[in-house]
Amino acid sequence: MEELVNLFHGFAVVLQPFNIMVMIVGIVLGVIIGVLPGLGGANGVAILLPLTFSMSPTSAIIMLSCIYWGALFGGAITSVLFNIPGEPWSVATTFDGHPMAQQGKAGEALTAAFTSSFVGALFAVILITLVAPLVAKFALQFGPAEKFSVYFLAFCSFVGMSKEPPFKTIVSMMVGFALATVGLDSVTGQLRLTFGFSELLNGFDFLIAVIGLFGIGEILLTMEEGLSFRGGHARINAKVVFQTWKELPRYWVTSLRSCVIGCWMGISPAGATPASFMSYGIAKRMSKRGDNFGKGEIEGVIAPETAAHAAGTSALLPMLALGVPGSPTAAVLLGGLLIWGLQPGPLLFVEQKEFVWGLIASMYLGNLVGLVVVLTCVPLFAAILRIPFSIIAPIILVYCAIGAYSVHNNNFDVVMMLVFGVIGYVMKKCNYPLAPMVLAIVLGDRAEEAFRQSLLGSQGSLGVFFSNGLVGTIMVLGLIMLFWPLIQAGWTRFRMPRTA
Amino acid sequence: MSDTADKAGGGKGPSHRGVEIGVAAFLALLGLITIIGSLQVGIGWGLEGPKAGFFPFYLGVLIVIASAINFVPIMMARSDVLFAEWSQLKQVMAVVVPTAIYVAFIPYIGIYVASVLLIAIFMKWLGRYGWSLAIAVSVGVTVLNYLMFEKWFLVPLPKGPLEDFFGL
Repeated sequence: MEELVNLFHGFAVVLQPFNIMVMIVGIVLGVIIGVLPGLGGANGVAILLPLTFSMSPTSAIIMLSCIYWGALFGGAITSVLFNIPGEPWSVATTFDGHPMAQQGKAGEALTAAFTSSFVGALFAVILITLVAPLVAKFALQFGPAEKFSVYFLAFCSFVGMSKEPPFKTIVSMMVGFALATVGLDSVTGQLRLTFGFSELLNGFDFLIAVIGLFGIGEILLTMEEGLSFRGGHARINAKVVFQTWKELPRYWVTSLRSCVIGCWMGISPAGATPASFMSYGIAKRMSKRGDNFGKGEIEGVIAPETAAHAAGTSALLPMLALGVPGSPTAAVLLGGLLIWGLQPGPLLFVEQKEFVWGLIASMYLGNLVGLVVVLTCVPLFAAILRIPFSIIAPIILVYCAIGAYSVHNNNFDVVMMLVFGVIGYVMKKCNYPLAPMVLAIVLGDRAEEAFRQSLLGSQGSLGVFFSNGLVGTIMVLGLIMLFWPLIQAGWTRFRMPRTA
Repeated sequence: MSDTADKAGGGKGPSHRGVEIGVAAFLALLGLITIIGSLQVGIGWGLEGPKAGFFPFYLGVLIVIASAINFVPIMMARSDVLFAEWSQLKQVMAVVVPTAIYVAFIPYIGIYVASVLLIAIFMKWLGRYGWSLAIAVSVGVTVLNYLMFEKWFLVPLPKGPLEDFFGL
């Protein structure tokens, strides 16, 4: 019951006029970011982070999280109308969304996409409301060893769940951790890995890495592919919306299943992209009309969109309750917390009630506002995509530079942004996943601190990570995730003789 | 194999394998640098527990080992798959080079003037737009940015002689 009271307090915070304005601005900016190629949720939020420096943390997080919801919505527009996924998690939406648009059913496809996005997000927010406080309360008892084991689990899941080769994931992640160690060591106060360069005293800021790796890198990829946009027209009127809404409840099983898949994948740091693919794949296998998938089946739009939004939203659950972000965008939000002077982790729920519940309340309202905004303004957003890339590209570059500079008012950061951009482009082309690297840069310091404190307590024995039931269980789960591909392969081999 | 040049379309460019080898070597080098840096500050136990180099040392070791393992499939891969065509890379460089010049100029002429130049030249050169449109867009966007960052959201950005001249 206490949570419900807190939630109402949260709504009272969100309903202040300034916060409502910030919310709408965030949603609109977010949709634009989602629509534009080369700008995604993570780097969009990173670039716009400086805008929030003069706001209160609560308004700031409302704005940034709304940019995130907007970006999630925006990705669907380009997928359906132009067959160009604005975001990686909307790739699966193109499979059936674009054929629907070609058959002249763009309105239905978009309505279905937006509505299922909303349903997925709502499901995840309800989950956050109910579960996050409990997880946080539980996590308050965590010592350094337990904290480290949670980080360990998060990073092992990356290796096990990633589509990319596991050793490339490991390299990418470890380079991230190594970058995080550069500069002043917080425990001993010693300088390390700076090799005498004064620019490296403060280490590498992950926001610079995000803007470079995702922002600049993405523009370079787009330039290489030489994209030209040819797209359908978007017309949504109230009649189409209501007709589609009448049809949607029929697919409640698919919706529910996609919500569950999305939340599961979002909380474990697999993220929205695999969630949308998995949900699409399962829906295709389970549906009676599975054979029609790929030819413009509305269910094929519902499944990935619901899952992507559920995953994107629930990625904030571990970020809020444990301080472990479930996605790169959640990581950027977590970086925001640090900048505003808040300490992420379970204590937030005790010390920063207004902030946490304001954020949760804004998730309910923000997604509702987002749904209304995208349903009414689709043609406007689609028009943005018709602006040629040779105009959009330099403008995005300018915003990347502004974003990178204003993190620390430092020119060297802008140089690093470009370096990260080129590295990101090459690494991405060689199938090195970038998300684990970014998460490692964000969490590196705290993972290391937890690791060293645990070892200090145990006088250097690694046994501390298996010293009690809780930490041992989490570590074993982590190891299972780490070796998941091997376990899966072994299981299939074990099963094969019997089925054959 | 008939898909040899599927991405290339008959064009020429650096081989994917070559670039992969380069990336793996570069990352292994990063690992090595991490190891050296860690050794400099000590990787053992000190008075306050593990020394500063303790954690990064093992990161470096992991990077080197994992990069070495990554070499194995690369060596077995075909060498005739292209990383990208030269013409595509030229497009990429058409972004990288102007951006590098832009970044280099920001400390001297300020971010606003540099941005006007970047957008205008980019539009003129790559988009083949007329000067009037290029200047209109670049100046318009930059003025909007000035108002948004300096006035509304109170984020100071680097300025140069032109802003000093106008007393902004």
